[in-house]
Amino acid sequence: MSQIHVTTSINGDTTEFLCEAEDTLLDVLRDRLGMTGSKEGCGTGDCGACSVTVDGRLVCSCLMLGAEAEGREVTTIEGMATGDQLHPLQQKFIEMAALQCGICTPGILVAAKSLLEKNPDPTEEEVRYWLAGNLCRCTGYDKIIRAVMETAADLRRAS
Amino acid sequence: MRYEAPNSVEAAIDLLAATEGAYVLAGGTDLLVKLRAEMLEPELVVDIKRISGMKGITPEDGGWRIGAAVSGAEMGEHAGLTGDWPGVVEAVGLIGSTQVQGRATLAGNLCNASPAADSVPAMVAANATLRIVGPKGSRDVAVIDVPASPGKTTLGSGEFIASVFLPAKPDHGGDAYLRFIPRTEMDIAVVGCGVSLVLDGAGKVSAARVSLGAVGPKVMLVDAAAEALIGRAPKGDALEDLAAVCSAAATPIDDKRGTVDFRRHVAGVLARRATEIAATRAKGETA
Repeated sequence: MSQIHVTTSINGDTTEFLCEAEDTLLDVLRDRLGMTGSKEGCGTGDCGACSVTVDGRLVCSCLMLGAEAEGREVTTIEGMATGDQLHPLQQKFIEMAALQCGICTPGILVAAKSLLEKNPDPTEEEVRYWLAGNLCRCTGYDKIIRAVMETAADLRRAS
Repeated sequence: MRYEAPNSVEAAIDLLAATEGAYVLAGGTDLLVKLRAEMLEPELVVDIKRISGMKGITPEDGGWRIGAAVSGAEMGEHAGLTGDWPGVVEAVGLIGSTQVQGRATLAGNLCNASPAADSVPAMVAANATLRIVGPKGSRDVAVIDVPASPGKTTLGSGEFIASVFLPAKPDHGGDAYLRFIPRTEMDIAVVGCGVSLVLDGAGKVSAARVSLGAVGPKVMLVDAAAEALIGRAPKGDALEDLAAVCSAAATPIDDKRGTVDFRRHVAGVLARRATEIAATRAKGETA
């Protein structure tokens, strides 16, 4: 079976890849493009560790075929920092120890960034519902939620 | 497996009709899970998102035509649709996480044919219809006529749903959908109930549709529940009668998510509460 040639944008860079029809976008990112920041937790859309945005929309990259990325704009955790400059959410997660093992962290950061772009002033309830599809088995979520709320407040003050 | 992304309905039908073991891909939130679990091993996946109109929400005859690939998130952001059919929009919004909402569709929720699908009772209550396209042309079908049994639909070979049509919201009409889950989010309905009703000038119900999900092999439209409401103000004894009818109509199974007795009871409770919300909305108030 011949492979599918896909041209897409990943973190602003035009990217071409070949994939099998059954490869998910997550398979492509990790195994063909070497972008291993997005994690595979469940592979069935339950855990959110593979979260990316496609045309600005938060999705699970395990629930999308790589071939579907043709002509789309994909952003991943690798696009979050600017050079050595961490995104404010990344910086806050470190300061507030909002992670332990770290497997869920890339997905949570991508999802939280997507929330704050849509809603710069979320309530705690809104943060919890938005992140309900991002499972963390270490922290109990409290530090994660507080880090997102604090970052949102910082960003509002800065703007 | 092959992947094709045709840009016309005709090309999609040709691909689906010509290939044994071809599956339609819209949001993929059920299809990709089944691929991974090897529950399905398609010869061909036909991605319909490149077809014109599949991602559109357009006004039609006072109602809304929703393309088959419109996601739950897109529906929730559409002010006109949310204003007219809040129950349907809330029902689709209950499916999965924010990430799943970014892709999951009404048509996919219906075609997955789970008895517990959240959007399906809401669409049935709203009297939504589907435009089904296939090798023999296009046909419009009521949502209630599509699920056949768990995992099975009445769609024929080569057919797929091109759009969902929500009719014009009636004057003094309102709808609502409620489900019970033991958690607050990210779970599958133990019972679901959709209600759409119209109030007359005296505040009595002049028309109603009440549907139940997850309490039988497929969604059910409970005519006796509508009869319990019509001609009466949606409160007090009318709601008690409604609840009793819905509990009696439910034909659930015992499973890990709920017992028969619990599901029967909750079917009545949700019908009562959803009716109260729908009636509040029918009065033009927020609920």
